[in-house]
Amino acid sequence: MNFDGRRHHDMGGLPAGPVHLEEHEYEHWERRVDALMMLLTFRKPSHLRGDELRQNIEALGPALYDELGYYERWMHSVTQVLVKRGVITLAELGQKMEMVER
Amino acid sequence: MTVNESVPARFRQGDHVRVRTAYPPGHIRTPYYCRGHTGVIERVCGAFPNPEELAYNRPGLPALPLYRVQFNCRDLWPDYQERVDDVVEIEIFQHWLEPA
Repeated sequence: MNFDGRRHHDMGGLPAGPVHLEEHEYEHWERRVDALMMLLTFRKPSHLRGDELRQNIEALGPALYDELGYYERWMHSVTQVLVKRGVITLAELGQKMEMVER
Repeated sequence: MTVNESVPARFRQGDHVRVRTAYPPGHIRTPYYCRGHTGVIERVCGAFPNPEELAYNRPGLPALPLYRVQFNCRDLWPDYQERVDDVVEIEIFQHWLEPA
């Protein structure tokens, strides 16, 4: 939190310069993160609501919030939820990350 | 508590309201820049589960009335340079509003 009470992510209304309207391509992993989020959201009862997705992102802290890209922030949040809910274990996640890195 | 239970609406279209000046932790959908400012109820949107509770995977019930509130841009940003009658409409839950 800043001294004036504004939290870092709450940027609405601040000067931000021009809006860039041109389209850009998504990388394959970004599409996969989006798909994962949709699957978690549309399931009834859903594993994840948009508010919790945001809550986890807002809890990142200013430095990481700025450093991570849009879908990196989603990925962080989705991972938090899947571990907390017991859908995946940290061990499974760790093994998969090792596999991907190899 | 049933899923349909909701808090009664306290405000109507045209009512003047002030946004609470509060800075709680957690997931807050009331933008910082409108807190403490006065606006007019443009419409009652219905009742929805409290997002501040949904953010922690709780049910957010009873549902809270949600309002679309209209603010004059010059009230929000004193140095606003565009039209005098430009407005911003923000959807705000009832527990963030008090009569003005």
